[in-house]
Amino acid sequence: MSSYYESKDLAKFSDIGKNQKHLWEKFIAWYNEATATEGALTKREKSLIGLAVAHTVQCPYCIDAYTNQCLESGANMDQMTEALHVTAAVRGGASLVHGVQCRNIVEKLTM
Amino acid sequence: MTFIETLHNHQLTLTPLSVETLQVNVGKLCNQACKHCHVDAGPKRTEMMSRETVDRCLEILAAYPQIKNLDITGGAPELNEHFDYFVIEATKLGKHVMVRHNLTVTLDPHPLSGKSMEYLPEFFRDHCVEVISSLPYYAEKETDAQRGSGVFAKSIEAMRRLNRLGYGKEGTGLVLNLVYNPIGAYLPPAQGAIEAQFKEHLRKEHGLVFNSLYVITNMPINRFKHFLERAELYDSYMTKLINAFNPAAAEGVMCRTLISVGYDGTLYDCDFNQMLAWTVNHGVPNTVWDFDFDRLISRKIVFGDHCFGCTAGAGSSCGGATAR
Repeated sequence: MSSYYESKDLAKFSDIGKNQKHLWEKFIAWYNEATATEGALTKREKSLIGLAVAHTVQCPYCIDAYTNQCLESGANMDQMTEALHVTAAVRGGASLVHGVQCRNIVEKLTM
Repeated sequence: MTFIETLHNHQLTLTPLSVETLQVNVGKLCNQACKHCHVDAGPKRTEMMSRETVDRCLEILAAYPQIKNLDITGGAPELNEHFDYFVIEATKLGKHVMVRHNLTVTLDPHPLSGKSMEYLPEFFRDHCVEVISSLPYYAEKETDAQRGSGVFAKSIEAMRRLNRLGYGKEGTGLVLNLVYNPIGAYLPPAQGAIEAQFKEHLRKEHGLVFNSLYVITNMPINRFKHFLERAELYDSYMTKLINAFNPAAAEGVMCRTLISVGYDGTLYDCDFNQMLAWTVNHGVPNTVWDFDFDRLISRKIVFGDHCFGCTAGAGSSCGGATAR
């Protein structure tokens, strides 16, 4: 295997359903409804959330899929970039907010 | 799998239903040279429909009341010297005239004669022409990336002039429809969803209105195909189109109700086949000079793999999505 990640492998995602098909079918029905339909959120909004999460979990397949889905739902690069900044900000904030724990420990240990 | 095999697998037989629209390409001259253009149109193209051929098209329109619509396209069709005459005479025949208008042609001087084209909005209004204008996106960066620097600003100004005359406004009867196509190798969004985005942004940011947005898929031919090949995206784009094949969209393809006429009077099943030089076939007379309505409505349409572009997702046609 030349690489763990090959872009062409994304097309093989449905091969997971070759075993325990009923589980795959439940998953894909739910997945499609959750991510690719108009609901209380538009498909474009869901696509931007998907793009943000894809970068959080740093899954190359998801980044490929949601970049395409963003474009195909009418999102532009400015909107996609803002979504990435939300990802980065929340991740950065998640690190920084743990500084409260650090501070609590320091307060407890020091006179 | 080929397009014809796909139709067969879905037990679809796509035969002509009528000829409601004569779509006439009056030439390849254009003030723009867009990256996706399936016509390869531009300021240096010289192909142009003659007055004689325009007159023959008018004779056909007069002879067949079944043909209700004249859809004039190009290039920028307004740059043909017989354009005004064609519109005026077709209107006199009671035909509904649509013009594929790129907006900026109003503001750019004629590429050959230098003549001002700023009369166009009033001309359209005076002859109740339906204006169908390509605008790939509601923002400058994306539009200019496809159509060239400055195109968005000019398009907005041209739309403003049309709006001022009543185009795009309810109750005026003056129809301004926009056409969206993706700015790359991906499928277009759902027509209703992107129309709502266009309406909101153009109204809020520029105070502009229009009637409907037609969504069109980029066809993998000519200039766009060359882009796909250069970027090594041709195979993945075709796979995307094939995987998105929609039988309901296929039922509504425009070649079932339209005949396309080339600048030299040759007949085609659609503007895309025209650009591939695939004339109406299987023995049907294929020029305006031997136009045979009855044989055309019983013809066998010529299909190729580019037709997957018209059947992907919600479908694509000169009137937007085909699956309702």
